Amino acid sequence: MSRPDPRTAQRPPDSLFTLVTDQWTQPYWDAAAQGKLVAAKCENCVTFRMPPTPFCPQCRSQQIDWIELPGTATLYSHTVVERAILLELADCIPYVPAVVEPDGAPGIRIITNIVESSIEDIVSGAKLSVLFDPVEGGAIPRFRIVKDAK
Amino acid sequence: MSTDFTIKDRTAIVGLGATPYYKRGASLPQTLEEMVGKAIISAAADAGIDVPDIDGFAYFAGGFDTGALQETLGIRDVSFSATLTGSGGGSAGALGLAAAAIVSGQAKTVVVVGGVQQATLRYGAMPSTYDATPESVFYQSAGLAGPGQMFALLARRHMDLYGTTRDHFAEVAMAIRANAVGHPDARMQKPMTREDYFAAPMISEPHCLFDFCLETDGAVAVIVTAAERARDLSARPVFIHSCEHGASVDWGRSIYWMGMPDESFASSGHATIARRLYAKSDFGPGDIDVAQIYDHFSSQVIMQLEDYGFCAKGEGGPFVASGAIRYDGGSLPINTDGGQLSGGYIWGMSHVREAVDQLRGTAHNQVAGARTCLVTGGPSNLPVSGLILRSEP
Ligand SMILES: [Zn+2]
Repeated sequence: MSRPDPRTAQRPPDSLFTLVTDQWTQPYWDAAAQGKLVAAKCENCVTFRMPPTPFCPQCRSQQIDWIELPGTATLYSHTVVERAILLELADCIPYVPAVVEPDGAPGIRIITNIVESSIEDIVSGAKLSVLFDPVEGGAIPRFRIVKDAK
Repeated sequence: MSTDFTIKDRTAIVGLGATPYYKRGASLPQTLEEMVGKAIISAAADAGIDVPDIDGFAYFAGGFDTGALQETLGIRDVSFSATLTGSGGGSAGALGLAAAAIVSGQAKTVVVVGGVQQATLRYGAMPSTYDATPESVFYQSAGLAGPGQMFALLARRHMDLYGTTRDHFAEVAMAIRANAVGHPDARMQKPMTREDYFAAPMISEPHCLFDFCLETDGAVAVIVTAAERARDLSARPVFIHSCEHGASVDWGRSIYWMGMPDESFASSGHATIARRLYAKSDFGPGDIDVAQIYDHFSSQVIMQLEDYGFCAKGEGGPFVASGAIRYDGGSLPINTDGGQLSGGYIWGMSHVREAVDQLRGTAHNQVAGARTCLVTGGPSNLPVSGLILRSEP
């Protein structure tokens, strides 16, 4: 059902992004800056949660284990942005916001972008691999399609 | 007086007022507060109530400054002023605030008002204007700058799971456009064909231009009072039968985190609202004569039709394709004023307005014999809301 579309998914502009953290989210971004993808796991009931909010929704514990993930993921859903709704986006079309399910952390999703991939290869269920885009103050985990893994 | 803890049929909408629906920015040099004031004055006149006698305000989506409205409109004494939290999800639920105020004796004459002016702030890019927070950086870093992009992620999941197609989205857009054509208050007056739909520019795939609601300015107000008093007033009362807001933890911050369980990801988040709304009413989905379904995006209309039980989960596409939502011959005519896709976007309040017109029997596209109308508040972060109005208790 998808038409051939050899365009490459662009990156949204860094100008849209200001890294703001609190004590709960800081470890996620610290890890990203070091090229690691991590997720918050409740120390008490071992439930993963993202974003890393102050309480575990299952047991209200505040104790978190930060687990390093393998960096692979499965594409859950995505949208191909074809029109710049803000001026800053004009040079970034098309870019692809996505929701992915990372391996090693059942039950959570990460909002991210698919980059360095042909639009025609971006289909639900595709296997993904993390990469880290440096930005001021850290790095953003994004994903690319792993072509041979399908 | 009944001792049941219920608002059922104990209050009524007795006045309706609105500004024109302006193209984005065309309402200037009026201010938003001025349009809100005009809608309130118009609703009071419709009810035959003196503006200074209003004693309650109920809002949603941040609301307005009650003190400022009170001063400029000369409203003597206010005993109730409340805003439903969240955004457009509260438009139907704000009527429940008004009903609760009246049933509990906190106020006698409550105005519910909503309005928008997008001259400077385009709602389609609103999430990009929110200050960065530790949680917002996750979606902001992905370039999710508008709700049309966020809901596109839900739309794709619905397509993947259930085989929903862009033709189904097109049918929603075309059915609602057909209601706008010829409607005196609706902005879009040109019929939409399937070819028109598929020729429209893609915005955030799978959402094209015609899957998005309009960008308009305007305000709508309604006056709510006790049912027994309503019968003595000039306008035909429309009774607030059932009204619910909130919803399940599964939906949570929904489009701002995308953490919903798979069973509810491709939905409108309204399933628990619908269950409570029907449970506290005399009606089920089969008893609804006409519905005003919050249509910020065509795909979300399909998911609400499922969540409100008009068809089974996943059957929303074939349901609309059957012609069911058409004013002309459908079993459940929806958005009979052209909705927010083709009539005017007033953050959900245009749906309340059209529901009142239908149940008074004065709508431009009148559904013959309509006695019940469902109104929904925008699928978004919680709370979301739903409302059943009826013409006779
Ligand atoms: Zn826990």
